[in-house]
Amino acid sequence: MQLNVNGERREVDVDDDAPLMWVLREKLGLTSVKFGCGVGVCGACTVHIDGVAQRSCTTPLSAVAASSVVTLEGLPGSAGMQPGQLHPVQTAWIEQRVPQCGYCQPGMIMAVSALLKQTPQPTDAQVNEAITNLCRCGTYPRVRRAIQSLSRS
Amino acid sequence: MAISRRKFLIGSGAVVGGGVLVGYVGYSSAESNTHEQAAKLTEHNGARLLAGWVTIAPDDVMTVLVPHADFGQGTHTALAMMLAEELDADWSKVRAIQAPGDDAFANWFLAEAFSLQPGVLLDSGIADPIFKIVARRLGLQITGGSTAVRCTGEFGLRRIGAGARQMLIRAAAKKWSVSADSITTKDSVVIHAASGRTLRYGELVDAASRLSVPSRPPLKPREQHRLMGQSVLRPDIPLKVTGSFSYGIDVRLTELRYAATKAAPVHGGRLIAVDVEPAMNMKGVETVMRLPDSVAVIAREPWQALQAVARLDPRFSAGDASAVSTDSLYADQLIALDRAKREQMLKIGSAKKTLEGAQKRIESTYRAPFLHHAQMEPINATAQWKDGELHVWTGAQDAITTRRFLAETAGVSTDAIHLYTLPLGGSFGRKTGPDADAIYYPQLVAIAKQCAPHPVKLIWSREEDTAQGWYRPQATTRITAALGPDGLPIAWSEVFTEGRPGRSIAYPIPYEIPHQLFEQVRAPHHVRIGPLRSVNSTQHGFFRESFIDELAHAARQDPLHYRLALMKNDARVQRVLKEAAERSDWGQSLPPGRGRGVALHIEYESVIAQVVEASWEPTGVKVHRVVAVVDCGDLVHPDTAAQQVEGATIMGLSNAVAEQINIAEGAVVEKLFSDYRIFTLADTPTIEVHFLGSDAPRGGLGELGVPAAAPALANAIFAATGLRARRTPLNSAIRELQVLTTDALAAL
Repeated sequence: MQLNVNGERREVDVDDDAPLMWVLREKLGLTSVKFGCGVGVCGACTVHIDGVAQRSCTTPLSAVAASSVVTLEGLPGSAGMQPGQLHPVQTAWIEQRVPQCGYCQPGMIMAVSALLKQTPQPTDAQVNEAITNLCRCGTYPRVRRAIQSLSRS
Repeated sequence: MAISRRKFLIGSGAVVGGGVLVGYVGYSSAESNTHEQAAKLTEHNGARLLAGWVTIAPDDVMTVLVPHADFGQGTHTALAMMLAEELDADWSKVRAIQAPGDDAFANWFLAEAFSLQPGVLLDSGIADPIFKIVARRLGLQITGGSTAVRCTGEFGLRRIGAGARQMLIRAAAKKWSVSADSITTKDSVVIHAASGRTLRYGELVDAASRLSVPSRPPLKPREQHRLMGQSVLRPDIPLKVTGSFSYGIDVRLTELRYAATKAAPVHGGRLIAVDVEPAMNMKGVETVMRLPDSVAVIAREPWQALQAVARLDPRFSAGDASAVSTDSLYADQLIALDRAKREQMLKIGSAKKTLEGAQKRIESTYRAPFLHHAQMEPINATAQWKDGELHVWTGAQDAITTRRFLAETAGVSTDAIHLYTLPLGGSFGRKTGPDADAIYYPQLVAIAKQCAPHPVKLIWSREEDTAQGWYRPQATTRITAALGPDGLPIAWSEVFTEGRPGRSIAYPIPYEIPHQLFEQVRAPHHVRIGPLRSVNSTQHGFFRESFIDELAHAARQDPLHYRLALMKNDARVQRVLKEAAERSDWGQSLPPGRGRGVALHIEYESVIAQVVEASWEPTGVKVHRVVAVVDCGDLVHPDTAAQQVEGATIMGLSNAVAEQINIAEGAVVEKLFSDYRIFTLADTPTIEVHFLGSDAPRGGLGELGVPAAAPALANAIFAATGLRARRTPLNSAIRELQVLTTDALAAL
């Protein structure tokens, strides 16, 4: 079946009930999409589906047949940045030195970029509600700081 | 030279007693073989290995071989900075990689650091063979004990950098026929100022690599540091925000198969029978394997393997363990405290006698549950059998031991194991070792043989990762203290159990209490236990700092001032506690319903005090603010250091609020993040981290923030509610206390 991923049509030869997360990372090599729990809780597999942050591990391929899927690899492009440029969320992430092990960070960045597109100046409560991605290293204070710096600018 | 800690590390004394002083000649040739092996392993693009741990290429690119895994602690950057500082390297040309899991890279700095007193360096030169032999024999390459900066960096890579610099200088001196004294270095260039000549390190490295390694190169004094102390951008950060940083699970190979397993839910159980049809009938499934302790499905795609193994309903043996539950384990531990044979761990003064004659005695029983690492990257490893040799791609906290364990498991020599260590998505002790409890490696070896010649990626589901962990031990302790006339404790007697015997780090407690007695009892069980960040200090920190708080309240004294009074001869701790009081507004009023709690922890040659502000809400514990004050000596990378304290504080709080692994019918109950609840962004308080620069030797930092976080929080909840939680998770402990209090009031 055909998928629209990061602005390109990609052909994948798998059943249409295959979880999007595995197809993206193991079949298409978009390994920013991480396996964390497989049941949509941890958010390590978060991607944008038609601009909305979604857990890709609980999304069957068939559900995105007519959709546009964006992974972290395609985030800058999806926001109109030139190749090699970073998305503002990524820049803020570097400025605030957010990542530790980094495993949850692609999902975290995808969730935050979707939130800020919808709500450029979220309140703390809105951030708490929208960003449910889990991080065991405890990067949360810097995630919050990065969001605050972005909503100020 | 103080050698008190050496026995602990080396064990039976076979090395110390017999081997060490038997003549230098044998060691010299052994050392040159090791160096050749190390050089061979690091050969690329004409780069040459200097002093065993750093390569320099003709284009000046420098690669530091770090004998630790970096899973976000910033270890690779910090250790590369320490070496580059002494080597006067151009930082833009420095890279760090994890050293190969080979004996040639056994971490002998660690062996040396544990043998010498903190801060002592000069008794041994870097050419001395004893520690190298010890390290190789032990296969020492562990990432643990918060040792990277304070041991590997301070005892090793700084001196390697200084030694390599001298080798480059000597090579230049020879080439120019000038004295080494007339040569200086800067930014990877050797300079002879008198003649205006310069040579790049890359131009000199070939000649330098043929020179002998100086044994006692002097280190730069602190005022000359230009790199250490700077928060340079960690090179992994840009890769991690673009998604181009690869972990073990990201390995891509052609003709790759995928495997998923289901192991005996009751640890130690064996597979009795399984109907393989439900899996074999599924698309993409190639094989179902019956392994001694598990069933494995091999499929063409990862989701096929995971879905198919979930369809199976294997029967496993459980034996007597099927009657075991969380409550039965606590009951066993309580009985053991009363009746089991006590092993005396430490005795200072005469605690028992003092307690007998005491005017005021206080006794409490505390307990702590099993905890899981819950690292974000589930257990996984990729392997391929080829020509009788096993290739393995995975993250490992202890690469040499992993290789040895794989060799033993596969029944081949270590040389036939090719281990490619890859970054870990968190670990926190999950992938230390390994030993027989690391059941994923025997699974991997069996599955790889089955799949040969194709490579296979074994991925555990989150459910499997949670159920098949090795956990921070469930522990119970009973502490009895006697208070003197001034309200301060004069005796502390503690009997504890961690089920199986625990590592001896719970005692002595740091407070100035003249009579201390620590005894351990056993209450064996079948549940796998292992090291979780800060290891047994997680539970013992909670026990000690909560009970000290109880004593302070019993003496009607302020808990922070009580600790000051109990540490009056320790200037370092005084400074940390006073700074914590100042920074946290200790003693000032708070909004209604909120309380403040303090706790102290001293370990890894560092000191931390944390003050937590918290309240009890209908939803459970709410943490509002944490102030952490740390003295770990001089910092290598201040920003990463702060990040480690932030992260460890969050982990410690998370451990305390809702985390618990329960056992029912012998098996782990929790399966997912929905029932093993770790902290979220919404749970996270503001955290302020303050470092007190000091002249103390550099201390460890990766684990330091964990042990005091839980008791500081429990103490804050006590201040807010008057309810003393003597166990975690605090959410259920406080609810239980509320019910008890309500019942007691109703009975009046």
